[in-house]
Amino acid sequence: MSATAEPARSRSRRITLNLLKNLTLREIRSEYKRTMLGRVWSLINPLAQIAIYGLVFGLLFRAQPEPGINSGLHIFALWLGVGIVTWGFINIGIREAMQSFLGYQGLLKKVALPRWTLPASKVLARAATYLTEIAVVAVICGVLGGWEILLRIWMLVPLIALTTVFIYGVGLVLAIGIVYFRDIEHFWGILTQVFFYASGIMIPRNVIETVQVETLDAGGYTFLGGPVPLLALFEANPIYQFLTAYRRVLYDFAFPEWQTLLSLTLWAAGTLIVGLFVYSRYQARIVEEL
Amino acid sequence: MSGNAVEVRNVSKTFRVYHDRNQSIKATVLKGGRAKYEEFWALRDVSLDVQQGETFGLLGLNGSGKSTLLKCIAGILQPNTGTVASRGRMAAMLEVGSGFHPELTGRENIYLNAAILGMSDSEVDRKLDSMIEFAGVERFIDHPVKNYSSGMYVRLGFAVAIHTEPDLMLVDEVLAVGDKDFQAKCLQKFDDLKAEGKTVVVVSHSMGTMRTFCDRAAWLENGELQAVGTASDIVDRYTGEAERPVDLGDGIKRFGSGEVQFTDIELLREDGTPLDAVDPTRPVTVRLSFLAHEPIERPDFAISIRDAQQTAVFNITGHDREWLPERLPAGHGSVDIRIASLPVRAGGYHVVADVRAEGAEIPADKVWGAKRFGVNHGGHSTSGGTLYLPSGFESLRSGDDTATGTLRLMPS
Ligand SMILES: Nc1ncnc2c1ncn2[C@@H]1O[C@H](COP(=O)(O)OP(=O)(O)O)[C@@H](O)[C@H]1O
Ligand SMILES: [Mg+2]
Repeated sequence: MSATAEPARSRSRRITLNLLKNLTLREIRSEYKRTMLGRVWSLINPLAQIAIYGLVFGLLFRAQPEPGINSGLHIFALWLGVGIVTWGFINIGIREAMQSFLGYQGLLKKVALPRWTLPASKVLARAATYLTEIAVVAVICGVLGGWEILLRIWMLVPLIALTTVFIYGVGLVLAIGIVYFRDIEHFWGILTQVFFYASGIMIPRNVIETVQVETLDAGGYTFLGGPVPLLALFEANPIYQFLTAYRRVLYDFAFPEWQTLLSLTLWAAGTLIVGLFVYSRYQARIVEEL
Repeated sequence: MSGNAVEVRNVSKTFRVYHDRNQSIKATVLKGGRAKYEEFWALRDVSLDVQQGETFGLLGLNGSGKSTLLKCIAGILQPNTGTVASRGRMAAMLEVGSGFHPELTGRENIYLNAAILGMSDSEVDRKLDSMIEFAGVERFIDHPVKNYSSGMYVRLGFAVAIHTEPDLMLVDEVLAVGDKDFQAKCLQKFDDLKAEGKTVVVVSHSMGTMRTFCDRAAWLENGELQAVGTASDIVDRYTGEAERPVDLGDGIKRFGSGEVQFTDIELLREDGTPLDAVDPTRPVTVRLSFLAHEPIERPDFAISIRDAQQTAVFNITGHDREWLPERLPAGHGSVDIRIASLPVRAGGYHVVADVRAEGAEIPADKVWGAKRFGVNHGGHSTSGGTLYLPSGFESLRSGDDTATGTLRLMPS
């Protein structure tokens, strides 16, 4: 063979990485294909979302988070923007990863390839989109809040890496699961709506705290013999924790608390391990089920 | 595995055929397990070796498990039992262009498809021109592939696959698509691969290709290996067993797998009475009576009306007319084909009738010469020509000074 004495292992790794790169580029290229504005849409989309949600919730419902710690920012739309954009990444990333095996079934039935690259390319393409979106939000925060944002902005790098791993882990489990049980798609659709509210995208923590203290605790409601742990549940949600961490960096110009970072690392590692376990156990037979 | 490019050992593969293909959690919960299914054996204890550097053919009827075997070799499907080992870089062309993305251009798709087949971008850079030329899509390379014709699609997919310079190439019936020129080009490429000592495993329905092109072949039937040997031997045995028509005497010949057999073929007038001499201006109905020994799915009936030289003057198939009944239950039956008129020149003709399950390569029954008939119209005969058209000579003008029409055919 013409190939060099390169060991088979590293050769196959190179081939796999090249495949991942090409698949990801394909996703990125086809996203805005045939639109006039092309990539500009990934700038317009977050701005439009921030404007809409900011208007509706900031003006009409008058929700107010606490002011940013170091930045002094007190602009609901921006606080919301960080959340909305991050939620979009997590939500769409998981959904696209979930649908990747089904969507690529034509390919899977005809070509042997490392299948994990399919959901991975979806998540990476989403991460690329998120990068532009979060950059837009960061620029606005910086312009309005001051240059100090630069001091801790690097924190976004590990955060985005953790988020990507988390999305991939969850997406991988669902991608395999949905091949065997198509119902998962609809079930997930409902769960997504629950999480949209439960992740504090537009509900500041102090609102939940007020409900906890003034309604639940004061009213003496109980759950399984103890007080209703609404706030604790709210804070245990990993998506809420991700949003909180991003807000610490971009809205407060502060580092996330180390407990949050530790928790997020565990979540990311945990979902990845479960994802890889499910994948390695069930991927061999998915073509038969497609 | 010295000398072998592929080793297949005791491979069995079953598919689950769901009665009610309802992959839902509800079904799992309610029925205490996944939905009910039956095991279907697509491959049963198949063992064979493909030697390094040989071209190996797979023969068998539709549904005999050829594609399943290729997919097991390619690692797309996992055998239930048994092992498959292969050596070297493999390119599987099970369906060409399957990795193409309709919105991306030909060029972008080449890079993607090549990556799927394990080529690096720099390798593609080097071979790009050669691929484009091989596929003959120079003018369209920067257009989205959704605008490509199916031929271009196939050619581009093939061009990419062949340029991966595989040590082992798996080819499933793709040669059936594409025009003659392209097929010749592909066979040439296979020959080149062979000359370079590469291994090719190919499924083809052309016995000629099989015989000339393959060194060895295997014959599968219902997922079981029937024979392995030199290609010409296997082709002889395969065709001998399946494709030799039986002579029924009186110039009637029959050939087929026999699930359904024709019992009679008649021509009928409009009033339903039989006829042997057809008037080319009148409607005629061809009635095919048959006996289904066992039920068949989506039967495809066809007739061909041939003249004395065996030239088909008229063909009709259920497939072309999208007339495919869901199922023929066991028992007697008949089908009528109405022809508004059969305007062919006077002479002797006969009907060839064919019935097969949709897409089957071998008919359930095919009969030649079972209905012979003449065509004439009141002693009106013509020398030569193929059609009977109601026609005649009319007015004659002569001896005039002026011409009708122009004079463009006169030398000036
Ligand atoms: N994914 C599948 N699920 C269920 N049955 C299948 C599947 N793939 C193939 N089969 C069945 O397995 C048999 C062998 O198919 P195949 O290998 O495609 O035959 P061939 O290529 O020789 O025509 C066929 O009866 C086909 O219906
Ligand atoms: Mg096949």
